[in-house]
Amino acid sequence: MKIDNTQPLEYSTDQNQMNILGFWIFLGAEIMLFATLFATYFIYADRTGSGPTGSDIFEITPVLIETFLLLTSSFTIGLAINAMRLGRKNATLTFLAITLLLGAGFIGFEIFEFVHYYHVGAGLQTSAFTGMLLTTLGTHGAHVTFGFFWGLFILIQIKRDGFNPRTANKSFIFSLYWHFLDVMWIFIFSFIYLKGMM
Amino acid sequence: MEFFERFAVPHPSPLIYASMVAIGLTVLAIIFGITYFKKWGYLWKEWLTTVDHKRIGIMYMISALLMLFRGGADAVMMRLQTSVPDNTFLEAQHYNEVFTTHGVVMIIFMAMAFIIGLMNFVVPLQIGARDVAFPRLNALSFWLYFAGAMLFNISFVIGGSPDAGWTNYYPLASNDFSTSVGVNYYNWALQISGLGTLMTGINFIVTIIKMRAPGMKLMKMPMFTWSALITNAIIVFAFPVLTIALIMGTLDRQFGTSLFTSTSGGMDMQWANLFWIWGHPEVYILILPAFGVYSQIISTFSGRNLYGYKSMVGSMVIISLMSFLVWAHHFFTMGHDAFTNSIFSITTMAIAVPTGIKIFNWLLTMWKGKIRFTVPMLYSVAFIPLFTIGGVTGVMLGVASADFQYHNTMFLVAHFHNVIIPGVVFAMLAGMTYWWPKMFGFMLNEKIGKWAFWFVSIGFCFSFFPMYITGLDGQARRMYTYSESTGFGPLNMLSFFGAGVMAIGFIIIVYNVLYSIKNSPRNIGDDPWDARSLEWATQTPVQEYNFAITPEVESSDAYWDHKKKGYQLFKGNIEKIHMPNNSGLPIIMAGIMLVFAFSFVFYIWAGVIVAAIAFLACLIYRSFEKDDGHYIPVSEIKETENKNGGAN
Repeated sequence: MKIDNTQPLEYSTDQNQMNILGFWIFLGAEIMLFATLFATYFIYADRTGSGPTGSDIFEITPVLIETFLLLTSSFTIGLAINAMRLGRKNATLTFLAITLLLGAGFIGFEIFEFVHYYHVGAGLQTSAFTGMLLTTLGTHGAHVTFGFFWGLFILIQIKRDGFNPRTANKSFIFSLYWHFLDVMWIFIFSFIYLKGMM
Repeated sequence: MEFFERFAVPHPSPLIYASMVAIGLTVLAIIFGITYFKKWGYLWKEWLTTVDHKRIGIMYMISALLMLFRGGADAVMMRLQTSVPDNTFLEAQHYNEVFTTHGVVMIIFMAMAFIIGLMNFVVPLQIGARDVAFPRLNALSFWLYFAGAMLFNISFVIGGSPDAGWTNYYPLASNDFSTSVGVNYYNWALQISGLGTLMTGINFIVTIIKMRAPGMKLMKMPMFTWSALITNAIIVFAFPVLTIALIMGTLDRQFGTSLFTSTSGGMDMQWANLFWIWGHPEVYILILPAFGVYSQIISTFSGRNLYGYKSMVGSMVIISLMSFLVWAHHFFTMGHDAFTNSIFSITTMAIAVPTGIKIFNWLLTMWKGKIRFTVPMLYSVAFIPLFTIGGVTGVMLGVASADFQYHNTMFLVAHFHNVIIPGVVFAMLAGMTYWWPKMFGFMLNEKIGKWAFWFVSIGFCFSFFPMYITGLDGQARRMYTYSESTGFGPLNMLSFFGAGVMAIGFIIIVYNVLYSIKNSPRNIGDDPWDARSLEWATQTPVQEYNFAITPEVESSDAYWDHKKKGYQLFKGNIEKIHMPNNSGLPIIMAGIMLVFAFSFVFYIWAGVIVAAIAFLACLIYRSFEKDDGHYIPVSEIKETENKNGGAN
């Protein structure tokens, strides 16, 4: 592996550069995935059958907390990557750990929210609207959960191996993924919750 | 025993029992044969764990050929059933299953696998690369595809095949109307192989953007590589739509949601929309690489460079964008307003324009060329008029008002076979014959190949042209029989005759492979066709590292200009080469995925959970694994190069 020292560590080998480009293309596919979910959700938003509507079940408090947690975690993963560029291992580990804790908090509140929906009679089977709502939120939530474990393993590897082209590359790609989930959440927050509560 | 009852076939027949026995015996024979010849180690080390793009490509193509015969058997059964009025060879349910599996197998597991196989073998060689960008991901793509194909193919002996058509429209595909587990199989088999295809898409875009030989600017890439780049871009943007549609279908069938039902607010038409938002780009995923193959072959055997290179690229880009804007033409009759139908009618007809440009480019490439009528060239020349007929009938179908007459008739069946067979299947046969010497070091027999060509293409005409007539007369597709008073009998008999002639053609191709393995000369050199692009500049058989020295390119016909104008391709000295290591992880992960999906199809939750945990364990193992590949030392490269006569 030839290492190009004029580049940041995460871009320093040909393979690293290809990994990052490949991941951007993967994010393009992910955008299509969520676009399909959103488009279908918008079609189904008013198709509530005999079940509740969005304004019946949405509650602003847990959603705001989730939004706050995830947006903050997007900031801290940015700080983690910045610290990595500066070569500060402990700072990177700390910010990464904070990111993952915030992510775990998000998942916790989302589970709480799903339990709430179940109790107010908005289950997966209730109507096309509730089914699609839970599918869309669930897909996002599953992504965050996957990201939590992915980030955890990267954290362990940085702790063990320090910064090298491999760990730097993984961390950077993970940060792209995490930011992406945040952007998707902003769409969910604006167009599912806020619009639904209007 | 109650546990096992779910695996019973819901509509058993002697044909299915015979297939069960045949499958069982074949599996036993293969296992016994490999054990007897002590080939397990070789198979595992050289093929099952390989990350070499050439071997993965060959495995794709072998699987595709197997699927061709599976889907072909379905086709012959259908034509036999409809060959005479009121036939009782297949009952209605069995016929439903046969046309469903025929469609899925041919599109997803045959045509897709064949084009991805060709891309795998050819693209890295054409751009002067050592492998694809992510070799191990590539192996995972193949094994996921293979797992999906196997899952789909066991459906007809375990639990029952899907029976709602390859389009799988709801409510027909819902639990109410499709009561066996067949559609669960459909959902999971397509989901798994679709994941593999998405990874291929990402892999090849990065490969083509990042790994081209020095000097090969985008507009100097061979046309097949261009078609592969655009195709993979379509894959990346189309397949996620299918992923979501299949998840929604699975939720409806297995978790009781009402997304595609007609109660509780569900909407069955949303399936049709999502399916075709993926499905129409999918058609172009199939045909664009075929166009790429024809471009290489026609240019090679006309002895001229490709006419209108820039317009070829431009038209493919336009086709790829427009392929996402025509999906509603698959259901003009399902009740949108006239304005919507008009929009989609216009986009549909407009997409014929860039395709027409390509047809003229091929014709002008041949113009004043010294044409050599080899087998690949015969397929390419036959493709032009036959595909044009298919294209023109497509424009007929694209006229929304007229479509009310053609919709869901045999006219439609004739149309799409008329574009897919001369378009995709001919291209795959031509491409296979063309690149065969590079893959295996000997050529397929030309004389037998020409016989096969005539049988396949004449059989094609007899099979499908009569359907245009019966379709216009009102014969509906997907009907297992018809009465004598309709008068469809003789033309359907003619179709059956054509299907038989085609089947003979494919058997001749198999015979040709066996004959050529035995009899073809092995001293054919590196460039038996006098071809033009880089894949012919390396030695035959191609070494694992492809090129001992990375070539430097100055034109789109790099190897031709090297031969005729004396451009130097290989400058510099041999250096040590970095190669990826083999890995057993992809086949293991795909195997786990197969268990996962099979358990899911039958609601065996314990199996689902165990397989999911095992799959995650593989991902964790991969995350912590350190695998930097290995280097091939200069001495070893020199030794191999000298032994094989050297590439330069």
